Amino acid sequence: MKKVLIVRYGEIALKGLNKSHFEQKLIRNIQGNIKDLGEARIYKSNGLIYVAFNGQDEEEMIERIVKVFGIVSVSPAWEIEADMDIIKETALKHAMERIEEDQVKTFKVESRRGDKGFPFQSPQISREVGAYILPRAGNLKVDVHEPDMIIHVDVREKAYIYSKKIPGFGGLPLGTNGKGVLLLSGGIDSPVAGWMMAKRGVEIEAVHYHSYPFTSERAKEKVLELTRILASYCGPIRLHLVNLLPIQKEIHEKCPEEEMTILSRRFMMKIGEKIAKNNGCNALITGESIGQVASQTIQGLTVTNEAVSLPVFRPLIALDKVDIIEIAKKIGTFEISILPYEDCCTVFLPKRPVTKPKIEKILASEEKLEVEKLIEEAIVHMEVIEISMEE
Amino acid sequence: MVEVYLDNSATTKPMEEVVEIMVRALRDFYGNPSSLHRKGVEVEKLVKNARKQVAKALGVKDEEIIFTSGGTESNNLAILGAVEGNKRKGNRIITSRIEHPSVLNVFQHLETKGYEVIYLDVDEVGRVDLRQLKDHICDDTLLISLMHVNNEVGTIQPIEEIGRLLQHMKMKPIFHVDAIQSFGKVKFDPNKLGIDLVSVSGHKIHGPKGIGALYIRKGLKIAPIVFGGNQETGIRSGTENIPGILGLGVAAVHAFQHLSEHIRHMRFLRDRFLHRVKKEIDHIKINGLEGEGSAPHILNISFIGAKGEVLLHSLEQDGIYVSTGSACSSKKNVHSHVLKAMGLKNEEIEGAIRFSFAYHNTAEEIDFAVDRLKKHVADLRRIMMR
Repeated sequence: MKKVLIVRYGEIALKGLNKSHFEQKLIRNIQGNIKDLGEARIYKSNGLIYVAFNGQDEEEMIERIVKVFGIVSVSPAWEIEADMDIIKETALKHAMERIEEDQVKTFKVESRRGDKGFPFQSPQISREVGAYILPRAGNLKVDVHEPDMIIHVDVREKAYIYSKKIPGFGGLPLGTNGKGVLLLSGGIDSPVAGWMMAKRGVEIEAVHYHSYPFTSERAKEKVLELTRILASYCGPIRLHLVNLLPIQKEIHEKCPEEEMTILSRRFMMKIGEKIAKNNGCNALITGESIGQVASQTIQGLTVTNEAVSLPVFRPLIALDKVDIIEIAKKIGTFEISILPYEDCCTVFLPKRPVTKPKIEKILASEEKLEVEKLIEEAIVHMEVIEISMEE
Repeated sequence: MVEVYLDNSATTKPMEEVVEIMVRALRDFYGNPSSLHRKGVEVEKLVKNARKQVAKALGVKDEEIIFTSGGTESNNLAILGAVEGNKRKGNRIITSRIEHPSVLNVFQHLETKGYEVIYLDVDEVGRVDLRQLKDHICDDTLLISLMHVNNEVGTIQPIEEIGRLLQHMKMKPIFHVDAIQSFGKVKFDPNKLGIDLVSVSGHKIHGPKGIGALYIRKGLKIAPIVFGGNQETGIRSGTENIPGILGLGVAAVHAFQHLSEHIRHMRFLRDRFLHRVKKEIDHIKINGLEGEGSAPHILNISFIGAKGEVLLHSLEQDGIYVSTGSACSSKKNVHSHVLKAMGLKNEEIEGAIRFSFAYHNTAEEIDFAVDRLKKHVADLRRIMMR
């Protein structure tokens, strides 16, 4: 008898010829997320993945594994011989545990027979196991309509007993949909945008722009912390830290005040694209949401979009702020995002930013700057850190 | 990179001798002073000696010193303990608007408990108005709590005058002085001034963090705020922080022995800094007093048109460490309550920097800091004035 985690995955199963590639990737991602917790055997059988325990803390294992994208749900289960007596014993033991831990009062048994060689049919298994548990489990009662607990008996080559199902985030295994560069600020939106794309299997590289010494060291610490949280879903993330101050100073000196934000955004996109090309990424990812701030009007987005040729993914484009906040809370980035340290200094915030910039005017302003040279210098001085969930 | 630490009002660098005695305390003097055996007795003696050292530095009796976990606890114990222990004296308690949060927040708490709290105003240099104080003192006044030196601008409060004023009263209120910024920087004698309670802290005088002391005039009743094994004559329970206490003792001796020399040196550094800044940088405002009436180690200057936090980070890049009067945030109101109480305009508060000196700072460091400051202020203004 041993404890395993049954891992279910959804969409991957539909992926036809690519299926085994996706499954391999998923197994590797699970491995990556738990490797520091010690040896654990991971195997695949009939459309499910099993993770065998080896003394690890069950809760911690589950917490780590449900964060792997592509997983629909996880169940901690007992893996036992496919033998009716052992099944009954284990199911009873499991029921007693749940009574103790979660004060369950009612139950039913549901069974599946994957191995047609097993001498009992599914309804028969359920009946026998239920009948065995009922007189032996104190006040536990049967309720076939709304039980507190459903004890599942899954008979395959081995038999599995479980009653809990912890939902995962779904999505696709990371790394099955290419790589993108996430423009990561310290705010609420961009970590959510990165998380959503990662959930669809896109690997993430991050770039953060700061204006040190016009902004504080603590703003940087905040971004490191946010990246660490993203890394708990995505595995180690490479974070590029770029100082935008020299560029902002140039813009400030040579261009109209109200264009500060939009021109800065274009530089961020351009530098992001350079980083993408140098690191084998095929897209940019931003946390922009239509109408949220002055630079995020259709006209504003058009002008920032025009700065690059790579596709720009904006998964939050049509989400309301409350919905974004809800996701941020769910994934654990919200509390850090709302810390007060600003990554973009208020010194340069225009009093009345342009909300409907015209591309011709913006290009004319850019003419006044040595764009290529400024970008080159920003990249030369950039700091690159690889960040994983620990530390 | 060079390190020019000019943030000595925030905290100071512990002296080598302090570090040494603390390491020894952790390694060798690990006994509990309450133990009956030799290991305990040995440490009890050391604590007694440290108490003597702190008492001597303040010019008071040994048994009038209680060790605490730091300045905040000293202030809390002084105020809450005095109020709780002398309820019948009255219901009115007085402080000023520019106190440290460890005093202000206690007063606000007492206000919710039904005490009548008076917050004294300050003038444009940050000094409380004696006349206003006089007007507010009545027979019902239980406690007056004032800081000796303000931590942000360095202005010395007229505690001597207040002490004298109180001494002539029939129903004398209890007088607490928060001396955390003045201990080891400004000479004063609690005994002569008729002060009942004095708070001091270890880490502001090159001692350790996590240790402080409270002078309690003999005969004054103070109710404890922490309950337990009745250490520190029952006023402050809890097994003694031996490394902290011994470290504080050493730091107090050093501060006391060299007091005049340190004051002279810090005053020299401050004057030099001020003189150069006044001559070489325009559009500035000195917050507090330029010379007489100010502590020797604190200098607060507003650089109009430059953002304090940006200046701070610019200086940081050169290895120069200072403090600001506000944080660079558009979202929250984070302006200093002290500078606001002194009536500074917003742009003056936003450009305010505090430089605070220590005995180990040098004239070369001051010159380097002013050189860099001059450059950064000019750069920043060019950007911000546009």
